[in-house]
Amino acid sequence: MKYGLELIVTVVIIIFAALFLVQNAQIQATLGDDEEAWGGADGTAAEIIEASGYEPWFTPLWEPPSGEIESLFFSLQAAIGAIIIGYFFGYYRGKTQNA
Amino acid sequence: MHIMEGFLPSPWWQIWFLISAPFLAYGMYQLRQIYEERRETLPLLAVAGAFIFVLSSLKLPSVTGSCSHPTGTGLGAIVFGPFITSVLGLIVLIYQALFLAHGGLTTLGANVFSMGIAGPLLAYGIYRAGTKAGINPFVVVFLAASLADLFTYIITSLQLALAFPAEAGGIMTSFLAFGTVFAITQIPLAIIEGLIIALIFKYIIAVRPDLLVRLDVLSQTAVNRIREAIA
Repeated sequence: MKYGLELIVTVVIIIFAALFLVQNAQIQATLGDDEEAWGGADGTAAEIIEASGYEPWFTPLWEPPSGEIESLFFSLQAAIGAIIIGYFFGYYRGKTQNA
Repeated sequence: MHIMEGFLPSPWWQIWFLISAPFLAYGMYQLRQIYEERRETLPLLAVAGAFIFVLSSLKLPSVTGSCSHPTGTGLGAIVFGPFITSVLGLIVLIYQALFLAHGGLTTLGANVFSMGIAGPLLAYGIYRAGTKAGINPFVVVFLAASLADLFTYIITSLQLALAFPAEAGGIMTSFLAFGTVFAITQIPLAIIEGLIIALIFKYIIAVRPDLLVRLDVLSQTAVNRIREAIA
């Protein structure tokens, strides 16, 4: 099977996306006006800890001032990674074809 | 799996720094060896690091109604071993702590341990045992990467449980509470991560199988067999 693995990955991602759509519809239907679903698991864990009365003893030196700026740094992180992966795979592929 | 800044009290944050330090030191020593003796593998090292950058920036929705991200450390662990991967993990975690207020400098030791050390150690162990047992290499890579991802989140739950044992029930109750938040959210993401790493592994075999042979990841006969199967 030349593209067996690609096929499996595609099918799993479609199932994953479909599950998300179905579940999101259910969640949105029961959600109150000011509530927001799909928050980060890291934040949920922090809420559990804060509920016990714990106060973090150190705060981040710098925080992205808005959601937009946060997404800028996340995209930058992904872009740095993607360009490196793409560069070297392209380089190697070109080399094998020339040889 | 990021424990947020300031969310580990003394002495836990120091303990995790102390536990992580020897792994990082040995990883840096191994990196130097690679830099001096196997320079031709450096691009692959960059790819393994870049892979962690990409995957750990993607926050994906999961069945529990919350979002979490894959770790991407499986590839580095399989190809370069857990020690070098711990250094790669450290770089990503510092980036996120400084620019995203995601994770933190005081919790860096604990986060490096869960993402950069515990997960990769498991991935490496599974990969070595699986190839020795003669299981299909892609199945082994899938298992190694997805279980490493899951294990990272189990360790995070354990780290939080040790620092914040529940008043009634102690560490175990608390571990289950954090485990429900992290590990269950992670299961579907771990499956996706395992598949994507298996895919990247296939492409590396397609373009530079010689590097994998030189790094002792696959034997030449295994490479020949795989290339025949996917040709």
